[in-house]
Amino acid sequence: MIISSSKLKEQFMRYVFFIIATTSVAVLLMITIFLFTEGLPILKKVSIRAFIFGDYWYPTSDPADFGIFPLIMGSLSVTFISAIISIPLGVMTAIYLAEIASFRVREIVKPVVELLASLPSVVIGFFGMVLVAPFLQETFGIATGLNMFNASLMLAFMSVPTICSISEDALYSVPSSLKEASLALGATPLETIIRVTIPASLSGISTAIILGMSRAIGETMVVLMVAGGAAMVPSSIFDPVRPLPASIAAEMAEAPYRGDHYHALFATGIVLFIFTFLFNLIADHISYKYRQVGDATL
Amino acid sequence: MKRKITQQTFFLLFRFAAFINAAALAIIIYFMLANGWKAISWEFLTKPPMDSMTKGGILPCIIGTLCLALGSIVIAFPIGVASAIYLNEYAAKGRALRIIRLGINNLAGVPSVVFGLFGLAFFVIYLKMGVSILAGALTLAVMSLPVIIGSTEEALKAVPDTYREASLGLGATKLQTIMRVVLPAAMPGILTGGILGISRAAGETAPIMFTAAVYFSPNLPTSIFDEIMALPYHIYVLATAGAEIETTRPLQYGTALVLIGLVLGMNIIAIIMRARLRRKMRQ
Repeated sequence: MIISSSKLKEQFMRYVFFIIATTSVAVLLMITIFLFTEGLPILKKVSIRAFIFGDYWYPTSDPADFGIFPLIMGSLSVTFISAIISIPLGVMTAIYLAEIASFRVREIVKPVVELLASLPSVVIGFFGMVLVAPFLQETFGIATGLNMFNASLMLAFMSVPTICSISEDALYSVPSSLKEASLALGATPLETIIRVTIPASLSGISTAIILGMSRAIGETMVVLMVAGGAAMVPSSIFDPVRPLPASIAAEMAEAPYRGDHYHALFATGIVLFIFTFLFNLIADHISYKYRQVGDATL
Repeated sequence: MKRKITQQTFFLLFRFAAFINAAALAIIIYFMLANGWKAISWEFLTKPPMDSMTKGGILPCIIGTLCLALGSIVIAFPIGVASAIYLNEYAAKGRALRIIRLGINNLAGVPSVVFGLFGLAFFVIYLKMGVSILAGALTLAVMSLPVIIGSTEEALKAVPDTYREASLGLGATKLQTIMRVVLPAAMPGILTGGILGISRAAGETAPIMFTAAVYFSPNLPTSIFDEIMALPYHIYVLATAGAEIETTRPLQYGTALVLIGLVLGMNIIAIIMRARLRRKMRQ
């Protein structure tokens, strides 16, 4: 009897752990369900085409315009420019940490990157507002320092830690036999890094870059505070923009409950959610399909 | 010779990239310290805001942020640790595991403002919690779940299999092995993850904007159904809203410095704890 009851307990606890482990999946489903139930009603007012490709976002005027194309372009351009800065910076830092730095230097620089990742986004946004914006305004003689370039710069420093730490893991896990073989054939350490180590860890580095961009496109406080807030398609990097998350965060408080504006903001949330979901699926696919399993994968 | 110069140049470039990160961190921290230092006083830390938030302190914000961060960890920690135990100790390779992993990875990538929307629609409106500490803590808990699962799993992986085998070999059941051998051995690593979870929850703004935080609340919270002020939201409000943006600058710097101190302090503790652990593991 005793044995069977303890066995029962074992079995029972196994199920308990399993059910708790499915919480994350359940929450993700709930997020999807609630976004769609609150967001889809806007499609009764505007067509999906007019919503996504509409050029005007005037949610509070009468009649209201719900076109998020300028917001989408704002998000994409901010993410793209931040990627131009963060990808080389993040990957080069990762190479330095994984391949060049001595053990002691690494023990110092790695925590620095982690601390950079832990800075609250509102603080980085605040920093961009009070220090970077006036600096840009004076240096480049532009109308406002709160613009796309400023936001991209701040976002870049928020995605560098993601890119750097995942790339570093990938570089670090390249078998040393590969590097030794390359060195033994007469390649310099640099040639080994460029022709052997980086190609061998390319899937990890790609995952890192995609996740870093995903973080940049979803980041809210920075674009809310420093991007300038103008809902128009940018034509220069010093134009103010209003990315998707900024629009949601700035307007949700004053949108009447279950009014058109409220539904339109949830629908904007759906678009943002789909962007990051796609980024993550691609990253997941790459890391799953091309994962490094020893020398055999090369 | 040319190869050597190329190499030197590139290595210098890589080193410079690493240096830029360190410089960025140093500049941000120095800037906040230099400007915020003057604003911080005993009064600033222990008084509520006064004169429509142009004077006074930030006590309600500090208390609000502590409530939210602790509340979220109380909810997320047990769920995260149990999830990680399933993933690392029980789960067999297969479709269920793949789906759960995909769920966790995608949850980690959900933008913070989308968590805010979800918290508003589900906790605040659907479950009728209203704008409250409870709704905010739940939203933050959901958001920090992947952080806790990730670091707990790492801690569990670091426990050598010989521990498990020895315990099972002595006749302990799997559950006993997990509870009495694996978890105690992994506990410092798991706690490190908990600290990182708290610090993430304390610094977030977007998830609490619609679910917990208000511009101003004259009273300290008395129940979990009260709305509250919070440090990150207070910084945002002071820096962007109202006619007094320039006059409240010192308050903004001061609040930002307190928030940075709180968050970086917890992170530094976590980093030191982990460094010690790794050294111990190596021996």
